[in-house]
Amino acid sequence: MKTWVYIDHFKGEAVPSSWEAIGAAKTLGGDVTAVVLGAGLEALANTAFEYGADEVVLGEDSALEDFRVENYATALSALVSDAAPGLLLFPTTSRGRELAGMVAIDLNTGVLVDVVAMELEGEKVVATRPVYAGKLLEKTVCNATPQIITLRGRVFAKPEAEAGRSGNITQAQITVGDEKSTVTGYAEAGGGVSLTDAGVIVSGGRGTSNNPSLSPPDGMSDEEAEIWRAQQGFSLIGELAKTLNAAVGASRAAVDANYVPYAKQVGQTGKVVSPDLYIANGISGAIQHLAGMRNSKVIVAINKDADAPIFKSARYGVVGDLHEIVPALNEAMKAKLGK
Amino acid sequence: MKIVVCIKEVPDSAATLVAEDGQATWGDAPLVINPWDEFAVEAALNMGGDVTAISMGGDKTALKHALAMGCKEAILVSDDALTNVDTQGTAKILAAAIQKVGDVNMAFFGKQAIDGDAGITPAQTARVLGWPALTLAASIEVDGENVKVERSVEEGRQTVSAALPAVFSLVKEYGEPRYPSFMGIRKASRANIPEWDLAELGIENPAPLVEYIDTLNPPARDIEIEMIGGGSPAEIAETLAERIMAEKIL
Ligand SMILES: Cc1cc2nc3c(=O)[nH]c(=O)nc-3n(C[C@H](O)[C@H](O)[C@H](O)COP(=O)(O)OP(=O)(O)OC[C@H]3O[C@@H](n4cnc5c(N)ncnc54)[C@H](O)[C@@H]3O)c2cc1C
Ligand SMILES: Nc1ncnc2c1ncn2[C@@H]1O[C@H](COP(=O)(O)O)[C@@H](O)[C@H]1O
Repeated sequence: MKTWVYIDHFKGEAVPSSWEAIGAAKTLGGDVTAVVLGAGLEALANTAFEYGADEVVLGEDSALEDFRVENYATALSALVSDAAPGLLLFPTTSRGRELAGMVAIDLNTGVLVDVVAMELEGEKVVATRPVYAGKLLEKTVCNATPQIITLRGRVFAKPEAEAGRSGNITQAQITVGDEKSTVTGYAEAGGGVSLTDAGVIVSGGRGTSNNPSLSPPDGMSDEEAEIWRAQQGFSLIGELAKTLNAAVGASRAAVDANYVPYAKQVGQTGKVVSPDLYIANGISGAIQHLAGMRNSKVIVAINKDADAPIFKSARYGVVGDLHEIVPALNEAMKAKLGK
Repeated sequence: MKIVVCIKEVPDSAATLVAEDGQATWGDAPLVINPWDEFAVEAALNMGGDVTAISMGGDKTALKHALAMGCKEAILVSDDALTNVDTQGTAKILAAAIQKVGDVNMAFFGKQAIDGDAGITPAQTARVLGWPALTLAASIEVDGENVKVERSVEEGRQTVSAALPAVFSLVKEYGEPRYPSFMGIRKASRANIPEWDLAELGIENPAPLVEYIDTLNPPARDIEIEMIGGGSPAEIAETLAERIMAEKIL
């Protein structure tokens, strides 16, 4: 089967799950064409070969400089409709979801979102996707062509890059419609490892503020003092995260209490993550939090309360005060990692 | 200005879900308004016009919640022919309902429905309508016929300008949704919620493009927990660090 893989990128830098999608496409057999849309993306097109693409379709146009889903959808639908691949894969990013959705409308086909497993039955892909925040799995197929699927990140193995591997780039003619909207500004999020791509996540919950031995600066209201305390807790978490090259996450309670910004929230109404290691500190383990992190390979829970539900999902547990355990763990890990 | 908000009724986020005979079941857990859609209702109400809430499917619980929050009208789209509607079908039906309401210039959606977790209906509905999809909005500023939104995406905040009419989906950063008032709840309980079927919308039942084969319980993960205790924080941390290293994941 002829498969196209959409390479999602932000300003020319590929989202790693785009390469995972090439790897997943290869396991189904057949030719894999990577499709790269934007402006000034030759380097990215070449990298697609290194990750295993057999061919690259490169669509460049100044109208595609900023990602606006309407333009990208019009361009991609035209290319796909000409080349008629049997399967079109995207990484599940916010861009990937919406682009896949619009192309499906344009081409009158279906889309299977956030898929975690694919099986080929003849020319049909039977896809498994988590529903109800991962409490259940659903098996679905798309009964029209192209079959459109978005793949969850960090589920399919990322291929080893083969330096110097190259191939034929087809420069595609781009059609864009009348612009529906324009990008007028951009503010990048604060640095650090992104939660969804992170291999290790260190998270904090409401327990981060529970350190009575700290005395906040004079003149703070109770609420300010609580946030100030939590920030001391989160700075311990941040240091451990730095040692482990990890992203920092949080529970909704920590976000709602303004300890940390919403971008860090893990869970059903935050980010769904699947790192190799997830360290939950002062998080009780509510079902909506578990919904976002239960697929982590190894879960470590540090909580004062031996009955906290988080321990039911963890591989290792410590009943103790995070303000003591986290800095000690940081020291121990530094020694082990030679940092 | 005419404003519509599309809301879905879903099992409560704390419900225990079990697959039985290939179907999702949730015992006697309540059906509620999709939590993401509460942000959509909040944003819709803040635009300063009359808001119509539309839900396809459900037993009107979500619609009553929207009315109690302050929506003026509610419409249930319901037809016996509708079973296992995929997101494409949902988008086509919601687009038809928005058109039937008429003269709508803002249509609000939640980010994602917590049952199917697809997160694409807003973009697909926008495509069917031919309107810009201003999704994942954290703030919305209307200026006459134009609108500016700040979108919250993986890499940061993107500001997008567009002409109305447009489709919006809302993220949590927009701000906490209001609670229904006591008066609102009383009014909602007595409200007349009309039902529209496909014939009234003037469309055919959209052919399903996605086929549902099975719903399964996830394989049990039998993780046995090892509690690490005894000793000083430094000793506990040392044992924990050894266990983490032994997992060979770093
Ligand atoms: C519709 C809906 C969506 C939701 N979505 C999400 C979501 O996306 N993500 C999410 O996280 N939640 C979500 N929630 C909220 C969820 O139900 C919980 O309220 C929340 O996860 C609790 O956060 P927490 O564990 O930090 O706080 P708590 O439940 O208050 O737990 C704090 C924990 O810290 C421990 N602790 C206290 N002090 C210390 C200390 N010094 N050292 C160690 N441990 C300590 C306590 O024993 C306790 O277990 C959602 C809820 C609803 C209704
Ligand atoms: N059946 C429905 N009725 C009304 N609105 C819906 C329905 N399904 C989805 N939506 C809207 O589309 C959003 C995203 O849904 P989904 O793409 O299914 O995750 C939801 O938050 C709702 O605003």
